[in-house]
Amino acid sequence: MSIEIDGVNKRFGDFVALENVNVSLPTGQLTALLGPSGGGKSTLLRIIAGLERADTGTVSIEGVDATRMSPRKRNVGFVFQHYAVFKHMTVAKNVAFGLEIRTHGGLRPPWTSRRLRDRERMQARVDELLKLVHLSQFADRLPSQLSGGQRQRMALARALAVQPKVLLLDEPFGALDAKVRKELREWLRRLHDEVPVTTVFVTHDQEEAMEVADEIVVINEGRIEQVGTPDSLYDEPANEFVMGFLGEVTRLGELRLRPHDIEVGLGPDLAGSTPVDVLRVTRVGFEVRLVAGTEEGQEVSVVTTRAHARALDLEEGRRVWLTPSNGTATVPAMKSLRVG
Amino acid sequence: MRLLALAYVFFLVGWPVITLVQRTFADGWSSFGQAFSDPDVTHALLVTVEISLWAVAINTVFGVGLALLLVRYEFPGKRLLSAFIDLPMSMSPVVIGLALMLVYSGRYGWFGPPLEAHGLVVIFNSPGMIMATCFVALPLVVREVVPVLEEIGDDQEQAARSLGANAVQVLRRITLPAIKWAVVYGVVLSLARSLGEFGALKIVSGNLTGQTQTAPLVVEQKYNNFAQGEAYAVSFVLVLISVLCILVVSLLRPKESRS
Repeated sequence: MSIEIDGVNKRFGDFVALENVNVSLPTGQLTALLGPSGGGKSTLLRIIAGLERADTGTVSIEGVDATRMSPRKRNVGFVFQHYAVFKHMTVAKNVAFGLEIRTHGGLRPPWTSRRLRDRERMQARVDELLKLVHLSQFADRLPSQLSGGQRQRMALARALAVQPKVLLLDEPFGALDAKVRKELREWLRRLHDEVPVTTVFVTHDQEEAMEVADEIVVINEGRIEQVGTPDSLYDEPANEFVMGFLGEVTRLGELRLRPHDIEVGLGPDLAGSTPVDVLRVTRVGFEVRLVAGTEEGQEVSVVTTRAHARALDLEEGRRVWLTPSNGTATVPAMKSLRVG
Repeated sequence: MRLLALAYVFFLVGWPVITLVQRTFADGWSSFGQAFSDPDVTHALLVTVEISLWAVAINTVFGVGLALLLVRYEFPGKRLLSAFIDLPMSMSPVVIGLALMLVYSGRYGWFGPPLEAHGLVVIFNSPGMIMATCFVALPLVVREVVPVLEEIGDDQEQAARSLGANAVQVLRRITLPAIKWAVVYGVVLSLARSLGEFGALKIVSGNLTGQTQTAPLVVEQKYNNFAQGEAYAVSFVLVLISVLCILVVSLLRPKESRS
């Protein structure tokens, strides 16, 4: 395990940001810290980076206790939501920053062969990184001349330059518009496959987490709700909060389940089916959303395909029978402690 | 409204300054000749420049340091410190001079006698004059730098630290370049303020002709001794320096907004 977090607590005044957090993040994987805003996920990331200090508990990175280590000694790369570019430096200089800091020329004058070699090596590494993030042609520009997505890629290259053991990204695409966000998301996934450094990123967007991450840690109100692969979280949510946060949820009788996991039939053929009246029908692209009312007055949302809806001739006022599909993720209502 | 504002500035600032320049050159360059052949005048100008440069240098270092302290750190008494920094703005320089006398005077000050016992004469000497000038110009650098530091935030500094930079490297490579223009602006303003300081220096320097007398003090003395031509000539030099300072600042301003 690459990052071990053990019994971490953090308060800001009266506000409890993290409460007894224990989690291990695997080496070489892309992990998402997912949760609503203010849930403590950014605080956890900043504690891993050393930008914030835990009140109690320990953090170890690659087997080294880093709890009291300063951020500059942890060898982690950090990418900020608002890029934190060095405005007065060119793109190449930004990327080279960490390398220049680490290269000790000592008292040797800049024309000695050792210094020249250092500079060549740095130059080569910067070129390589700029190529990796597709910014080679922008090397001599200032960050103010780049778009948001380009700035964030530059920030990523800058963090990768020092070959960190861990790469931490704090809502990396949060400040970008939807289209660029989607592009960068795919690009980050490909980048991680090329450069498999242990990566942890914070997001409040469940779609982003499911699409990019190998593993998701769901954090809410300073506590970890569940840890698992995107599939296992989606299919076997530990509680109502996780289920609700990862996708749409509706109630059918005493069950909570996803609207597309409900089968619609024209008669009570299946065991356990519930008779309902269709109240509203909305077509959204290829899918059809129904709102149906049970005899007890409960409203159930159902998502089905367009073809299926046409075959059943679904329209408002029609009586249908609903059954949970086989093997669907369900959580008995009222069982969980907290409601999302 | 625009006319009113223009008229106000003209009658308050423009006309008096123009008249001063006219008077200076009323007899051509002769009053200049007179003034600058007087060793006391040239010495006073040198003293002014020397004291101002020292004061500006000290204020720049402490001004940037104080600004960083005020913006980047939380500590008890922070608001009190901030209020103290603004104090020189609202205090009469004469009062500042008297206050310094009370503490550092060799005869009756609290600190003066022990310092003089170690050979450091503060009052009626350069250290006291530099202190007085620092005091009056203290807020200028701080108040220029603080808003810029607040605006840039500490993201860049955190990023630099996470990339392995230590405190000195963060300051030198990230913070200082980011606040560069604010510092320059503050330096120019404090230079202008320091060169023209009169009240505090009059008390603290003792106004010893040829020794601790500064240019503004010479102006007053010459004027009182009916050597008005020379007073105008020295005044003109002081005005010229102020105008140059304003020019430098206005040349720097657009750069600041572009970056």
